[in-house]
Order: sequence, then C-alpha cells, then structure tokens
Amino acid sequence: MKINKLNKNVLLKNGTVYDPVKQKIINGNVLITNGKINGVGDIKAPGGAEIIDCSGLIVTHGFCDIHAHFREPGREDKETLQTGAKAALAGGFTRVCVMPNTNPPLDDPESIRFIVEKSDETPIYIHPIGAITKGQQGKEIAEMGAMKTEGAVAFSDDGIPLQNAYVMRLALEYAGMINVPIINHAEDVLLRNEGVMNESVISTKLGLSGNPDIAESAMVQRDLQIAQSTNSTLHIPHVSTKKSVEAIKKYKSVFQKVTAEVTPHHLYFNDEALITYNTNLKVAPPIRTEDDRKALITALSDGTVDCIATDHAPHTIEEKEAPFDLAPFGMIGLESCFGAVNKILVKENGMKIESLIDLLTIKPRKIMEFEQDLFADGTPVEITIIDPKVSWTFTKDDINSRSINSPYIGEELFGKIIYTIVKGSVVKI
Amino acid sequence: MIKEKHLLGLEGYPAENIETIIETAFGFREVLERPIKKVPSLQGKTIVNLFYEDSTRTRISFELAQKRLSADTVNFSASSSSVKKGESFKDTVQNIEAMKIDAIVMRHPYPGAPLHLTKFVDAVVINAGDGTHEHPTQAILDIMSLKEHFGKIKGLKIGIIGDILHSRVALSNIHGLTSLGAEVTLCGPATLIPKDIEKLGVNVSYNIDEVMDWADAINVLRIQMERMGVGLFPSTREYRSLFGITHERLERHDKKLVIMHPGPMNRGVEIDSNVADSSQAIILDQVLNGVASRMAILYLLLGGKQEAV
Ligand SMILES: [Zn+2]
Repeated sequence: MKINKLNKNVLLKNGTVYDPVKQKIINGNVLITNGKINGVGDIKAPGGAEIIDCSGLIVTHGFCDIHAHFREPGREDKETLQTGAKAALAGGFTRVCVMPNTNPPLDDPESIRFIVEKSDETPIYIHPIGAITKGQQGKEIAEMGAMKTEGAVAFSDDGIPLQNAYVMRLALEYAGMINVPIINHAEDVLLRNEGVMNESVISTKLGLSGNPDIAESAMVQRDLQIAQSTNSTLHIPHVSTKKSVEAIKKYKSVFQKVTAEVTPHHLYFNDEALITYNTNLKVAPPIRTEDDRKALITALSDGTVDCIATDHAPHTIEEKEAPFDLAPFGMIGLESCFGAVNKILVKENGMKIESLIDLLTIKPRKIMEFEQDLFADGTPVEITIIDPKVSWTFTKDDINSRSINSPYIGEELFGKIIYTIVKGSVVKI
Repeated sequence: MIKEKHLLGLEGYPAENIETIIETAFGFREVLERPIKKVPSLQGKTIVNLFYEDSTRTRISFELAQKRLSADTVNFSASSSSVKKGESFKDTVQNIEAMKIDAIVMRHPYPGAPLHLTKFVDAVVINAGDGTHEHPTQAILDIMSLKEHFGKIKGLKIGIIGDILHSRVALSNIHGLTSLGAEVTLCGPATLIPKDIEKLGVNVSYNIDEVMDWADAINVLRIQMERMGVGLFPSTREYRSLFGITHERLERHDKKLVIMHPGPMNRGVEIDSNVADSSQAIILDQVLNGVASRMAILYLLLGGKQEAV
C-alpha cells in the first residue's frame, strides 16, 4: 500500500464511473481539485494535472463500513485507530463507524470526543458509536444526548446483547427522542447459553456447544416489536439467520424505521467450514447453515437487509491459537470484504455490480445519515477505484490490520480495490 | 496395513481399519492371558501420555498396553486449569516433540485439541478423549467386546443410553458402529440428545423399555450429576424412573440383553448394582479388551514388527 498526497488537480481518466446516487454509469472522467470533486463526466484535465488511468476499472464512491472494532482505547495490541484506518483504506473504505466495546467502553461524551479527536489524525473518516448503557452493563442508559453532541452517530452495546427488554425499551425511547439509531447485538444470551458455533449436525459432530438460530431471531423479534411500539429507529447488525430475515421482512412491510446489515463472512461461509475447528471462523453471531447463507443472499437482493458491514474484529494470534472453546469471537474483515462479497453476490449469484456498490456506499451512509451525494461539486473526495473482474488469492501480505485473524487467507477472491482516495491522499493498494 | 497416521476420531475413519485393529486386538488378548504378558513389539519406541484431564482408567489402560508392548513411556499430566490460563499448549508439545518421541496419547478437555496437536508435531497422535467430541479407543474396545460376544457387528441392534449430548463415548460409538453396519438407537432425556443427531444415521427414542426390547446390547453411559444443577434433567429419581437400567426393568424383558458401561459407574443411578454385576453385563470384558485394543492401536500405528506378536 502506498499513500501519496493528492496533487492540486487529479483527473481519474477513462474509468467506468458509477454514481450510486444517480444510479447511473457515466463513461467519463472525475476531476479532483484541492481534494474536492470538481466535475464528473466529460471533463478535460487542466494543465499540470496528475492523470490516473482508470481504464477497465470502476470509479465510485468510497465504501462506508458501519460496524468495525478498532480496539482503541485498551487493546492497542490488536488494533488502533491508525492501523484500523490502514486496513479500511486497503479494503476501499473511506468512512468507518467504530463500536464502543473498548476498554474502557465509549459510554460518555469524553470518550466520544477522544475518538473524534484522534480520528482526525487518521487517513479516513471515523465515527464513534456510543454505548447504550453505562459500562455496557445493560442496566442504566448512558448519556446519549451528550454523546450525540460530541459526534456519536448511533448507540450499541455491541458484543454484549442487551438482554433486559425493559432497558431496551428505555433505550429505544430515549434514542428515538434524539433521533439516533439503536443497534443491538441480537442474541438471547440465555438461549445462546454456552454456544460457540451454530447448533446443527456440525456442532453435534464436533462436540462443540451449539448456539441455536432462535437465539438471534427471538431477540430480533423482540427488538422489532419494541422499536415499533416506541416508534424509534432500530438497526439490526450482522443478521445471520433465515428466521431473522423473515421477521425483518414482515416488520418492514408495516414499520419503516428499521434497517439491517449482513457481514461478508455470513455470506461467504457456512458452518461446514468449521469442521477443522478453525478459530478464525469463531464469530458472534456464528457462521450458520447453507440454508441461512442463501436466505441472507436473497435478503440483500430483495432489500430486506439494507447493507453490508464487516464487523471487523481483530484478535491476537495467541488468543486465536487457543482451543476453539476458549478462543475469542471475531475475525478481521475490511481488506477481504470486496473480493469476498463480489465473488459471492456478483460472480456466483448474479447480482449487478452496481447493486453491490450501493450496499457498500449509499445504503450504509443513509442509515447513519452521512452525506450521500459524493460526486456533487465541492464535496471532499471519497472515491474507491475497483478492478471488478480480477481473481486473486488473499494472503497475509494483503493485511494491514495489526491482527491477522482472517479465515480468508488462502481463499481465492474476485474483484480487488486498486485505489482509495480520501482526505487529500491517493492510496494505491 | 493402516494408512491413516493418527487416530483422532471414528468419524470418517475407514471401517477396514477398525476391523484390522479389532482382529489384531484379539491376538493381543491371547498374549494377555499368558503367564508372561509382555511382547517386544514396540521396543525402542517412545510414547508420551499427555493428560490435560484426570482419567485414571484410560491412562492406566494405555500405560499397561504400552508396557506390554515394551515401549518406553513418559507421563505428562497437566491440570485442565493450566489450559485455561493459556500456558502455551504449543510450547509444551513442541518441547515434548523435541525429545524425539514416536507417539502422543492425549486426553484434553476441549474438542478439537488432538487435531490442533497434529499441526505442531510429527509424532503419531492418538486421541484419548477430547472434551465432548470423540473417544475413539473407547468405542473400539466397546465394538471389540460386542464382536467377542456376538461374533459379528453387522446387523446388531445397539442402544446407547443416557447423556448423549455430553458424551464423547456415544459419538465415537455412533460413528464406529454405523460404519460397521450395526443399527443404533439413542435413548435419553430430550434435553440430553444433541441437535440433528439423526443425521448421523441413528434413531432416537425416549422409551427405554422399547429400546431394551429392540436391542441386542445396550451401552449405558455415566450420568453426570452436575448436569442436573443446570436443569438438563430434574432429579436422579426421575432419571432412574424414566431411563435407569434397574433390576426390575431388566427382569421385565425376557431376552438376554447384553449390558455395557464405559465406566466409571454411578451404581444406583443409571444402572443398578446387581445389573452391573449380573452375568448379562460384559463390563469387565470391556476393561480387558481396552488394554488389548489399545495395544493393537499402538502397534499398528507405530509400525511394530509383525513377527513380534
Ligand atoms: Zn455484534
């Protein structure tokens, strides 16, 4: 990865320019002047402009990930805002929302300000998500109003499900008042019990405790009901089961303030991949069955699920080398995201690449109410340039994260990020 | 004779291998009946017994098998708490491997640990029980005992009774018995039957009397009292009345049902004392066959000399 400052004028030439807002492909150029968009279409380069040849490539909005764990503060040995930002750039992401399950958790305005200020020094845009409850203890709602003022874009106790339905109701009411989405890691902890992988014949064969699909869907149903009755905005993260998809679909037809995301790994793998006890596939919620995986693909195509989010979750080698039962939940996912989802959705399931780009650009931005019209003149540049057709093998060398807990190592992926342009820099991946 | 280097489990393990092991084990059974019970088959081979969990019975059985084969053995015991503390498993086994050993027999509290071990060492790995996953040598000795009694495995009707959910013995028996053509029915409280287990080619019943009527032999698993505390079954009294192999229950069945138990038994809970001690029980044969079949496994996997038998 090479990061260079943008010249005064840079022309992205001869690419296939896809504008997710206009839902249109333009065969033309994009001119960037002083780090801002200065025309899209039949634009000529001003004298002295740097030309980047984009023939054969797709030029589009920078990707936005609304679910990542950058581990700062507290576990800087796994990831920092800086190293996480590098991983994001390598994956074509110019904007990332970070989860508050740090140590200490981001549960007050001071810690939100800490992230906002530190993020300023990183090469991408980072937005903190604040904790729903103080200390992520699931008991008392945190200072959401003040956190919003400092820059929190949503609230979540991610990693820890909000088990107490009464607190969930209070949180939704309160967050609804200040118009910020609640994101609940939906897994009923009592139903999940000791489960370390999906409950199926595979967990039975492996002798591992199973986490049943209803642990997720029961809480998703509960959350949907509470959100509807409080008329508050609910975002459902990392949907993993067919049953949850069905519940979301049903509610969406009568209640508009609900959105949902799916991760690349729940689209890419099924639980049969765990047969070798690969701890890099130990995630929460778990990798589910083939039937669930297919339902998630359909849900993205028909709009039941709104976007893709990585749930990038770095862990150390030492922690992941433990027996499966003891290893922590989570995998990194920023760098491998596009190659994985493009392979599954576009190559194997016939989705149009424009639709996939929407799932990584305007759709997540809409959920978080970020600026969406990134090709409008004067907008600070956030552009990702993709080679959509290249097959490549993902290796450790492709990882910029401080951690390497990726089950994609050795996998053949399809489609690759070539450049990411943001915050005055052009990054050649 | 056996191509697979390790014995990690019976899932997908070739049926011919199980048959070869059992055939060889019957040969060793004769050795065990001799006044001098020792053969030089594994002279010069070094085997480490790596036990991360207490298991007097399995460890003694393996140790005896190794001594009878004249192998050099080293015992390494670590508490399961050391696994939790993260004292590096990798460091421990690589240290042991560096001492030039031929095989590791491992008992570990967590599923998948033996497979993990094969990534760090060149030695032959034999799984002596990994958490709630598999216990292949126990299943082989169980199958050998059935073979000894019935003369065949194919077509036998076997009931496995009790806590299937937490039983590595059940899982290995299911794989081994079904691959050799036996019919298997599992019977226990619904809360202790794992999800989708029927997909492994077995039947599930909640009626112990029906299973006893149907079966040629039943393998009665130990019921762990700590499962009661978390509500997986309500009480031992209730368990006994629904699933216990009681004297009265056995009396009601006129045919001669063979009774097995992998031990250690909770007499008066899952099995009555006089049932365990009756002539229908082959529990002590299982123990002896345990030594013989472990001798066969070590011998076959460590490439002992044929003429030594
Ligand atoms: Zn989560």
